[in-house]
Amino acid sequence: MDPFADTLQRLREAFSSGRTRPAEFRAAQLKGLSRFLQENKQLLQEALAQDLHKSAFESEVSEISISQNEINSALRNLRAWMKDEKVPKNLATQLDSAFIRKEPFGLVLIIAPWNYPLNLSLEPLVGALAAGNCVLLKPSEISKSTEKVLAEVLPRYLDQSCFAVVLGGPQETGQLLEHKFDYIFFTGSPRVGKIVMAAAAKHLTPVTLELGGKNPCYVDDNCDPQTVANRVAFFRYFNSGQTCVAPDYILCSPEMQARLLPALQSAITRFYGEDPQSSPDLGRIISEKNFQRLRGLLSCGRVAIGGQSDESDRYIAPTVLVDVQETEPVMREEIFGPILPIMNVGSLDEAIDFINRREKPLALYTFSNSNQVVKRVLAQTSSGGFCGNDGFMHMTVASLPFGGVGASGMGSYHGKFSFDTFSHHRACLLRRPGLEKVYALRYPPHTPRNLSVLLMAMETRSCSCALL
Amino acid sequence: MDPFADTLQRLREAFSSGRTRPAEFRAAQLKGLSRFLQENKQLLQEALAQDLHKATQLDSAFIRKEPFGLVLIIAPWNYPLNLSLEPLVGALAAGNCVLLKPSEISKSTEKVLAEVLPRYLDQSCFAVVLGGPQETGQLLEHKFDYIFFTGSPRVGKIVMAAAAKHLTPVTLELGGKNPCYVDDNCDPQTVANRVAFFRYFNSGQTCVAPDYILCSPEMQARLLPALQSAITRFYGEDPQSSPDLGRIISEKNFQRLRGLLSCGRVAIGGQSDESDRYIAPTVLVDVQETEPVMREEIFGPILPIMNVGSLDEAIDFINRREKPLALYTFSNSNQVVKRVLAQTSSGGFCGNDGFMHMTVASLPFGGVGASGMGSYHGKFSFDTFSHHRACLLRRPGLEKVYALRYPPHTPRNLSVLLMAMETRSCSCALL
Repeated sequence: MDPFADTLQRLREAFSSGRTRPAEFRAAQLKGLSRFLQENKQLLQEALAQDLHKSAFESEVSEISISQNEINSALRNLRAWMKDEKVPKNLATQLDSAFIRKEPFGLVLIIAPWNYPLNLSLEPLVGALAAGNCVLLKPSEISKSTEKVLAEVLPRYLDQSCFAVVLGGPQETGQLLEHKFDYIFFTGSPRVGKIVMAAAAKHLTPVTLELGGKNPCYVDDNCDPQTVANRVAFFRYFNSGQTCVAPDYILCSPEMQARLLPALQSAITRFYGEDPQSSPDLGRIISEKNFQRLRGLLSCGRVAIGGQSDESDRYIAPTVLVDVQETEPVMREEIFGPILPIMNVGSLDEAIDFINRREKPLALYTFSNSNQVVKRVLAQTSSGGFCGNDGFMHMTVASLPFGGVGASGMGSYHGKFSFDTFSHHRACLLRRPGLEKVYALRYPPHTPRNLSVLLMAMETRSCSCALL
Repeated sequence: MDPFADTLQRLREAFSSGRTRPAEFRAAQLKGLSRFLQENKQLLQEALAQDLHKATQLDSAFIRKEPFGLVLIIAPWNYPLNLSLEPLVGALAAGNCVLLKPSEISKSTEKVLAEVLPRYLDQSCFAVVLGGPQETGQLLEHKFDYIFFTGSPRVGKIVMAAAAKHLTPVTLELGGKNPCYVDDNCDPQTVANRVAFFRYFNSGQTCVAPDYILCSPEMQARLLPALQSAITRFYGEDPQSSPDLGRIISEKNFQRLRGLLSCGRVAIGGQSDESDRYIAPTVLVDVQETEPVMREEIFGPILPIMNVGSLDEAIDFINRREKPLALYTFSNSNQVVKRVLAQTSSGGFCGNDGFMHMTVASLPFGGVGASGMGSYHGKFSFDTFSHHRACLLRRPGLEKVYALRYPPHTPRNLSVLLMAMETRSCSCALL
């Protein structure tokens, strides 16, 4: 008994009917999404608070507004993005029409994670809808309260012949992945990313995988420790560290570490007070399982700041670890919690080697007053994205693609990159049924003279070879 | 004494003259504003800093194109030079190291690629490996940073599954049955020339060749003599002796194609010669959808014609099947061409000709659905083999401004931040 067959059939039929193609339909869907956010703000904030103890500030900034901005951008640019993109022609091809047509793939599957359960469901959804696809959304079952809102409230704002939400855990998702989709967009861990891609391979389904890793944060000796501490702490402990692009660990000299520690303590106290557990601005760990995992990491190295935990609250204090070995668990897995280990290096070269010995991360951070140092780290490493002298601000720039490389993922989205991700770029050439005498130059029997003429025509830059 | 009177008078007179009405005038004004901003950036920043201590240092935001690292290119046998070199050009231009696995089936070209090509490249950054399916399977167990594969959908799945184990991104240039719809409203000889040229080129062994024709019975009756005429003009009375007609790559493929000759009814050609791996330029009619010639990519000099009663029926026929790599429509009516384009999907599309779209360097070349994923040629090759890294370089100063975003959060801080975020292409100096 396949629980998904009917839903998939319905969505495919709707797509075949051509329903999602007109700009008006797509715009109506995007406006529906917009109304969903506006009319259910409180409901969403409550759900996010229940799932992750998100403050109103975090919900607004990192979930609701960011999604709304993406919707607004898509609405503003929809028609421009949808237009056939004419491509350069030369003199020989003036009579031909050459362009790239953006077409929806068809049925898109979006699998969303629990850490930014609204944003990471809606942002890809905006792209998929703007591109004219029918969409099946599988929100995370771990962020239960948000899952409920997405399953029960969101569909009312969209055309339900072209959009559906399915629920389930790993087993149901595995079953779902046996079906053929025309595109799969997955946000989650590298381990599950491999499973998704392997399932996609069976149907030759293209994928975008937004994965993760350990995002290094190199702190140069030449910097202001308090500024660095403020910025690193803000981005590390945001959402209680449960952010795929959060700085995962610091790399710095022992001297820098000595200056950073009091600065980090100062930042943490200023941000969350003397008793961070009672701060409304600090999130909680999503689940018992993750809490236990993180509590285990607290025994790596030595606790320099924080280290407290409270199981009844799934609370982990903003923590900094020092004297950590590369072989310890805290340096072997993506932390995804409010724990910041500091690793010591003797030089910039050593830091770069350390980074390059490991999997390519989703984000890489470098703090230095020296532009040279920042540019050198940029030039000698690779990562999904990079930010000099700040945390994950690069992902709020709509004109920058957001995605990973290597183990941190493949493909990208945000803004126009979302529209392009969910579109097939079809090469189109419309030629003339006449001029056969000219076209005849290319037919056999071939002579050396014909060949010379043809080769000359082909050498023309951006050649569209009318003679061929 | 009114200090403004003259100025106001001047402006009113200009407006009455109609000067500001044309779009060109307005655009010129807007462009002037734009140049003002561009040419006076520093001046403005200084002025704003003096007045309001505004966040004057704009961030540097850019996309950096980086090579992936070690790229594997697996090339096929039908255009063994082109389909090895074209991806290689992209991979090298993008700064990668490359391992090339040419096809073992096109043995002579494989030899040249293996023995001669490396001498022309830096061999610390480029290597050729040889082998058949088994060796390729072994090769695929290794981790690559990108895999570019040209070949059949069946093997494409194997390559993607192997890539999944290492989270390696892939471009798969596959194949399918490329439909060729021929409208009643066309000149049969022109269509026959073009279809025949592209079908029999390389003895049909082309991933973007028109695979089968869809047309009305009436059109078929007009096409057949025109196709015969084209074939005779191109290859002579005895095509087997024409220097312009290719041969089938292997015994195995020859046997497969010879088997297809018994589908439907041979209307033109149908001869074959095993000793020469020669198959005559052939047209089949009265073909059933269930016969082998309509169930697999032909990849040979055999062109079946399927009859349809209408354009709608042709479009339905096409949409019932896997998305092809290429789709062709011949019609004197632009409407018809555009309708087929709008109601189908395919890697690429050409109206009123064969696979010319792949010679346009500014068009991406690639498939969709079962015909593939990703694309290349020209800049698309460079971009395919590059990681597009989002980079933002911010300032270590201005901490007082940045501090607005830190906890403890207040409703006022939130409003300011949201306002900053709403700025189009927001680079949120405040965040």
